[in-house]
Amino acid sequence: MIIDLQKFIASERPYWTELEGVLRDLDRAPLRRMTLPALRRFHYLYERVSADLARLATFGAERETRTYLETLVARAYGETHETRRAGHRLRPLHWFFAVFPSTVRRHAGALRLSAAVTVAGCLFGALAVMLDPDAREVLMPLGRLLQHPDDRVAREESALDDELEGSKAQGAAWYMTHNTRVAIGTMAMGATWGIGTGVLLFYNGTLLGAVAADYVAAGQTRFLLGWLLPHGSVEIPAILLAGQAGLVLAGAMLGRRRRMSFKARLRAAGPDVVTLIFGVALLLVWAGIVEAFLSQYHAPTIPYAIKIAFGALELVLLTVFLARSGRKAECTPDT
Amino acid sequence: MYARHLTIQTPEGIVFPLRLAGPVTRFLALAVDRACVQILSAAVSAALRFLGVISADLAGAVWLVGSFALSFGYGIALEWLWQGQTVGKRLLRLQVMDEQGLRLTFSQIVVRNLLRPVDALPAFYLVGGLACLLSPRAQRVGDIAANTIVVSHPRLAEPDLDQVLPDKYNSFRAYPVLASRLRRRVSPREAGVAAQALMRRALLNPEDRVRLFAAIRAHMQELVRFPPEATEGVSDEQYVRNVADILFR
Repeated sequence: MIIDLQKFIASERPYWTELEGVLRDLDRAPLRRMTLPALRRFHYLYERVSADLARLATFGAERETRTYLETLVARAYGETHETRRAGHRLRPLHWFFAVFPSTVRRHAGALRLSAAVTVAGCLFGALAVMLDPDAREVLMPLGRLLQHPDDRVAREESALDDELEGSKAQGAAWYMTHNTRVAIGTMAMGATWGIGTGVLLFYNGTLLGAVAADYVAAGQTRFLLGWLLPHGSVEIPAILLAGQAGLVLAGAMLGRRRRMSFKARLRAAGPDVVTLIFGVALLLVWAGIVEAFLSQYHAPTIPYAIKIAFGALELVLLTVFLARSGRKAECTPDT
Repeated sequence: MYARHLTIQTPEGIVFPLRLAGPVTRFLALAVDRACVQILSAAVSAALRFLGVISADLAGAVWLVGSFALSFGYGIALEWLWQGQTVGKRLLRLQVMDEQGLRLTFSQIVVRNLLRPVDALPAFYLVGGLACLLSPRAQRVGDIAANTIVVSHPRLAEPDLDQVLPDKYNSFRAYPVLASRLRRRVSPREAGVAAQALMRRALLNPEDRVRLFAAIRAHMQELVRFPPEATEGVSDEQYVRNVADILFR
């Protein structure tokens, strides 16, 4: 029992200050490894301050001191009872070449579903344009796409001036940020139990299918491939990966791993969702640059064969990267 | 509806409540943060005027990427660097915490911030606000997905009792064991009632004032009974003053 409160506070305050200092150091350098004596001291301080809080909790009027101790104990509790591994020291190359592709592979089912919904959207869009040409105006909201393919190809192939001169960097930035916003939205909609993600993927697929069918039907397949492949071979898979992230989130909410609680499932899915969306953002940076600096230039400025070959090469490299990269690290423990 | 407190119980048997932040306070913090983003965007825009002299195209590109990075990165960067706080949250004394009281991880911060588009649907954070009101832990959709809560650390203003507790002799202080027992048995709410009664006594009419202090004295006597020599000749109001002196000093 505390007889003299002021004396009690005066005698215990050094321990509180010491614990506060340890916690401040941990906040500043969360990856720092503590020595065994330091760990023992930290645990001792945590238990001592907890005991002080328990003793002081009975004092109705000592609100300020009690709140201070509650904050200290709460922070120390978070540190001592944390069982999740602390984040690794930032290793961007390892993350990009090992963690990101292995995360994609680990959730291959979600990626397949994402691709299936997009393909379904493509088929719907293509069929809609072929069966009902008036659907073009509804399915293609962008003005340039509404132009007849033959007219557009003729205009762009005969252009003498570089219309994009002086705005290519802005164009690249716009493509990057716009597509990343779409990707984040597709991922975030996973929180609607995947319904929103599915709708966005299907809509993207519909747009893609409608445009492709329109150009193929007009006999402009070579132009279509030359225009879309250089950036689309990265951009479209990136959106599929964003859909994969959304479906991973949705899977956690719906209870794919039923042995775990709702919160545990979300806790487990969080890091993978973050890895996927950061990887998608990087891919979209590349796609934005290619779209602004290469995709918008057509023959005779850049021959279609070169553009198609470049896009096909990107697609192969991306597929190999996602399928193979980081496999060694997966076999090595503690990576 | 959401509960106002979340009780954390440590394995050591320590129990303490965390006050959950309500949707209105959180919306105000968000408004402050949005204003900060606007100010930062304006600063970037002004800085880019110089770059625009060299290359308007490059300045436009930097502006697009910079404003995008600010809109998504502001919350993520500050919550990571300031342990769950942004400028708005600091001003309103709010903090993002792990739902189980554990360390807040980077992925939790990213998930809760990237899911804002869902919470913002269809406009003015309607989905997030409703989720916050209906969730038992006042969580928006992003918080549910990230397993986070937002707690409020209200500023605790200790009552200014110096005016009503002159440094007179307090007969209760001669009994330190009883005084200590009184401190332990009086709840914060009861201590607050005694303090408020003393500070507002001048506003009460005489009859109510007598009745109020008599009731408080009777209640305090039930909690701890001081010997007759300590309470003899002590009025009800003086009794409550002595109690407050023990509790708050």
